[in-house]
Amino acid sequence: MEIVAKLQKQFMEFISALYREGFLDDQFLQLQKLQDESNPDFVFEVVSLFFEDSEKLINNLAAALQQPVVDFKQVDSHVHQFKGSSSSIGAQRVKNACMAFKSFCEEKKIEGCMQCLQHVKHEYFLVKNKLETLLRLEQQILAAGGRIPDLS
Amino acid sequence: MAQVQTTMDTQFHVLAVDDSIIDRKLIERLLKTSSYQVTVVDSGSKALEFLGLLSEEKEGAEAREVGVNLIITDYSMPEMTGYDLLRKIKGSSYLKDIPVIIMSSENVPSRINRCLEEGAEEFFLKPVQQSDVNRIKPHLMREKVMVPNGLKRRKAMADLSPDQKTRKYNNSNNLCGIFWQNICE
Repeated sequence: MEIVAKLQKQFMEFISALYREGFLDDQFLQLQKLQDESNPDFVFEVVSLFFEDSEKLINNLAAALQQPVVDFKQVDSHVHQFKGSSSSIGAQRVKNACMAFKSFCEEKKIEGCMQCLQHVKHEYFLVKNKLETLLRLEQQILAAGGRIPDLS
Repeated sequence: MAQVQTTMDTQFHVLAVDDSIIDRKLIERLLKTSSYQVTVVDSGSKALEFLGLLSEEKEGAEAREVGVNLIITDYSMPEMTGYDLLRKIKGSSYLKDIPVIIMSSENVPSRINRCLEEGAEEFFLKPVQQSDVNRIKPHLMREKVMVPNGLKRRKAMADLSPDQKTRKYNNSNNLCGIFWQNICE
């Protein structure tokens, strides 16, 4: 029992910090609400899809920006997708980085785009790390026989 | 009134269309929490295929039930946008009565206006939440549409009351309701 309480406290502190620091927004809370006994892996599944999708988008963006003649419409299309998916899972800082990226696409500024890509990558890998830690904590709580604390 | 073939299955069936794998997962889960039967496709053309619009109708083939009470679609999709899909549905004599809801990550009044004018029931801003999905119920078509066979074109007409048709303009707690109130007042 003590272990579960300790893990739950750790979980609460960790996730509260993620919200406070702007890594996650309310949309992530919405996702957690959709998880229940009949769909116990929902958050894990959505987050996994996000990781897969994001890494593909990052590669596509890098490739598109390396073309001798950059197709900004194509770049914008990838950024739009990335902005959408990060918004859908509540990855707020990634979403904001994508919004800045969009502006440079519209202005067709290659240097700005390159910098934005670096920034988006940075934010993405940060939140990926955080989410992996969070999911690991969840698994530990469940393995110890506890329930994941309700944040609302 | 046209003959309506009701099935034993009284569960409402929603067809969801989105090119984003994450959004498809999300909308499917949201719709299932409301106990809808859900079919999810990743493009407008797959939606039309599912609805039978693209398939060739063979003479003497049995009429089959499409079985969709509502379509919810993303706006920004490659090749065929949600707006293009909406137009094709509203332009089809046997699909036009299926209610359509549009989702978009962008709040563009002219876009919302265009969709509503083309016959969309509602416009949801992404990310779509449970509170949005809870607003679907009044728009559902009560009877499922029949895909006509080549010889007998019959369609089930939803028995919509007049105030159900104007409901979207009076609903003050949704985006398009607010939008129309601002335009009209």
